Amino acid sequence: MARIGVFVCHCGENIARTVDCARVAETAAKFPGVAHAVDYTYMCSDPGQNLIKEAIREKRLTGVVVAACSPRMHEPTFRRAAAEAGLNPFLCEMANIREHVSWVHEDREVATAKAIDHVRIMVEKVRHNEPLYPIRVPITKKALVIGGGIAGIQAALDIANGGQEVILVEKEPSIGGHMAQLSETFPTLDCSQCILTPRMVEVASHPNITLYTYSEIEEVEGFIGNFEVKIRKKARSVDLNKCTGCGLCMEKCPMKKIPSEFECGLGARTAIYRPFPQAVPAKPVIDREHCLMFTRGKCGTCAKVCPTGAINYEDQDEIVTEKVGAIVVATGYRVMDADLYGEYGYGKYPDVITGMQFERLLSASGPTTGEVRRPSDGKIPKKVVFVQCVGSRDNARGVPYCSKICCMYTAKHAMLYKHKVHDGQAYVFYMDIRAGGKNYDEFVRRAIEEDDAMYYRGRVSKIYEENGKLIVKGVDTLSGLTIQVNADMVVLATAVLSQEDAEPLAQKLSISYDEYDFLTEAHPKLRPVETNTAGIFLAGACQAPKDIPDTVAQAGGAASKVLGLFSSDELEREPVIARVNEETCVACWRCYNACPYGAIEKKEIKDRQGRAVRWVAHVNESVCAGCGLCNAICPSNSVELDGFDDEQLYAEIGALSNE
Amino acid sequence: MTKLGYYPGCSLEGTASDYGISVRRMARALGWELQEIEDWNCCGATAAHQTNHLLALSLPARDLALAEEQGITELLVPCAACFSRLVHANKAMQQDPETAREINDIIEMNYRGTVSVLNLIEALQKYAMPDIAGKVQRNLSGLKVACYYGCLLLRPPKYTEFDDAEQPSSMEDIVRALGAEPLDWPFKTECCGAGLSMSNTGAVVDLTHKILENARHHGARVIAVACPMCHSNLDMRQLDVSRRYGKYNIPILFLSQLVGLALGVSEKELGLKKHFVKATSIIR
Ligand SMILES: Cc1cc2nc3c(=O)[nH]c(=O)nc-3n(C[C@H](O)[C@H](O)[C@H](O)COP(=O)(O)OP(=O)(O)OC[C@H]3O[C@@H](n4cnc5c(N)ncnc54)[C@H](O)[C@@H]3O)c2cc1C
Ligand code: SF4
Ligand code: SF4
Repeated sequence: MARIGVFVCHCGENIARTVDCARVAETAAKFPGVAHAVDYTYMCSDPGQNLIKEAIREKRLTGVVVAACSPRMHEPTFRRAAAEAGLNPFLCEMANIREHVSWVHEDREVATAKAIDHVRIMVEKVRHNEPLYPIRVPITKKALVIGGGIAGIQAALDIANGGQEVILVEKEPSIGGHMAQLSETFPTLDCSQCILTPRMVEVASHPNITLYTYSEIEEVEGFIGNFEVKIRKKARSVDLNKCTGCGLCMEKCPMKKIPSEFECGLGARTAIYRPFPQAVPAKPVIDREHCLMFTRGKCGTCAKVCPTGAINYEDQDEIVTEKVGAIVVATGYRVMDADLYGEYGYGKYPDVITGMQFERLLSASGPTTGEVRRPSDGKIPKKVVFVQCVGSRDNARGVPYCSKICCMYTAKHAMLYKHKVHDGQAYVFYMDIRAGGKNYDEFVRRAIEEDDAMYYRGRVSKIYEENGKLIVKGVDTLSGLTIQVNADMVVLATAVLSQEDAEPLAQKLSISYDEYDFLTEAHPKLRPVETNTAGIFLAGACQAPKDIPDTVAQAGGAASKVLGLFSSDELEREPVIARVNEETCVACWRCYNACPYGAIEKKEIKDRQGRAVRWVAHVNESVCAGCGLCNAICPSNSVELDGFDDEQLYAEIGALSNE
Repeated sequence: MTKLGYYPGCSLEGTASDYGISVRRMARALGWELQEIEDWNCCGATAAHQTNHLLALSLPARDLALAEEQGITELLVPCAACFSRLVHANKAMQQDPETAREINDIIEMNYRGTVSVLNLIEALQKYAMPDIAGKVQRNLSGLKVACYYGCLLLRPPKYTEFDDAEQPSSMEDIVRALGAEPLDWPFKTECCGAGLSMSNTGAVVDLTHKILENARHHGARVIAVACPMCHSNLDMRQLDVSRRYGKYNIPILFLSQLVGLALGVSEKELGLKKHFVKATSIIR
């Protein structure tokens, strides 16, 4: 005889406001098989959980239905409580009367009736539930980190220093990301390269880290603890084992005028190049789009000069397969194209540049060795206008969100400019100053008060060139005056966007992303580094615009999640998996073809003499994700999903129709 | 033969009759047949959309519905203000069935959204470029032209869906094809003061002066426009500008007049004699 307990939660006012919880409990008490029914303000609280545990013990319950919020929220909580009271956790189910009832209905009568139906359905299901036992699977204690910016570097080092192996995959020829391009960093103005380079070197030399640069993720299969990843190592055309990084090839390469990506077009590079001198690995790569050997089929200079014979024009992409137990995605961001704003003349006037280009002008390793010289004629600009929010917070043409870092780096730019050009004047046009963070507002005040930056609260409407000056027209909404600055250079703080390939990458990983293609955390407050896919974590600006302190903090968080996961040898998996009835299976292989996880295997059935007589489908327990596709597609009805078998589902439907 | 629907609007029949005349004459020279919408009404221009949103959509919607009934699929609207109103109403009805139903109820017609609205530049791009260069009869080489777009022709971009609203270049392409020399100047989308011409002449004189000065600074011999309002402010108010800021003498030509001239049409036939700033004599 079933003895089921029903526990109806008020969720404070959330449910009780529209659902008569007491009536739900009273009605449920009369359902067949229900031995106990109560309602309570907060079932998830300690006293609430105790109500359940005590009832299980005292009333010898054989099943539990908690009518409350979404199972995504608290199913684990209540199943744990059930287990603590000695009940198999899979005999505890939730009826969602919050998201599915109280939050979406207004009429109390109707909502209460619907809540009662939900409970009725779940009681029927629980009556047909069987105890299930968690499946244990081994964990591959090796992590994959995708993206070698500061986020990926930090996560890789933290995991590696925690004693676990890491594979770091970076798509560019060197790790470092955007931080490698920065001059000095707010709010302390320490030199970006100086604090980053040692970590890059540490990554390269760490015994626990395998570094794949100039590589991309091709394919990801498997699940938490047991991923299998295919990595495409792009043809570098330089043998990393032979190359000593002497640089002779780069000196002699005749293609010398290719705009350098690292210098944001302000400097040039050769066809065989390393993005910047401190690159890790410090060895070059051939850019086949520009290399004469590939465009015209002749040259070969680098091969001739290379003392170690490292150049290999025949080099091909290579796919390597790695098994890992956890993945940290740290693919960072990109900045918006400023030419979206025709009125600012980016692309038309060489002295209208982006914030990232200004970083390169400020950088001691940059194209002007750190002197602020404008691109058009190399003169030192005496008046520089900074325009914030270019593309950010602009519903019409840009993105509606705040890019978060530009207020801060613009203040930094104004400050560093003044430190380098003492008689120069910086003007900043802003919408609001968003400087929340430790020592951040003080930093902006310093730019204004000590380094004399003129801040105007308003937008710039137009920039054009006249008599060698950039005429900047804007407004100061505080004084109500229109402002015109005859500037020598203009710096645009362009919006932070997600990476161009964020969406396809997210699809390969089966993780979610928002409407701007930023990768989505599992919960914005309580699970900020996890994704909705177990075993995959996020770090850095791939999740949202972020500065370095926040990026590093999140990377550390992701690393600690990985280390936590790797702290045990086995993983408990939900036992909700498919099961094949070998008696009725006709080996049509529809399930084999349908399974998105490759969990169906072909199994031979042997007779007593050990002779193969026929084939059947077989589910690999550790791979099956319990999606139920095979269950639906099987023509001979030979597949059942544990916890959701036909009998259970029919019982649920029956509960509604027999009412 | 190119066949286009034609909506002249009130200006081209009145204050900017030279624009109307030159568009028709230019069309003839290009071999276009213009089919004027029968029984068209005022588009509402700036007055309607400051009064009532539905009125501002309904007035042009009736013109679109008439055009559709009369078998027109592409409608040439040379006046920038009319163009703005007509594309607005068109997009609003094409994109939102609810709005379409509401407006159709008001105008008691059934516009299905099949008409596409073209301004003069778009029509020339589509039906005269690039072979117009081969039809040029008059040598305009060395004629420095500042192409002036004003504000309405390009904005708001989500409705006009034509050229770059801030750095446009389509008129320049046409002027170049005619053999003249388009200038790179920054004030091509500045506001001329438009409707304030009567109510706040001082502001218009000030704004117009900035445009004229910038054009002169970049060496403009003439300014080409595709909007009756821009034309009247730059042409009619040029005398006031000269009184206040010193002498200006920059002829303001409608794009249709410039095209007509290049194709060998006489100055008189193009209405060039109707201008305040003498516009004849720019060709040798
Ligand atoms: C102009 C400017 C100035 C700034 N100044 C400061 C400052 O002073 N202080 C501060 O705190 N912050 C500053 N920032 C912000 C700082 O750049 C970011 O916080 C930081 O770079 C984020 O690091 P990340 O590793 O998340 O991303 P990124 O630096 O973007 O690194 C991502 C890495 O992943 C790689 N990658 C991308 N996609 C893939 C893929 N599919 N497969 C493999 N690899 C991939 C990229 O090549 C890159 O190496 C500034 C930003 C800008 C634009
Ligand atoms: S010359 Fe050869 S060894 Fe030297 S950097 Fe180039 S590839 Fe490496
Ligand atoms: S072969 Fe290519 S990379 Fe090598 S020197 Fe020539 S152009 Fe440069």
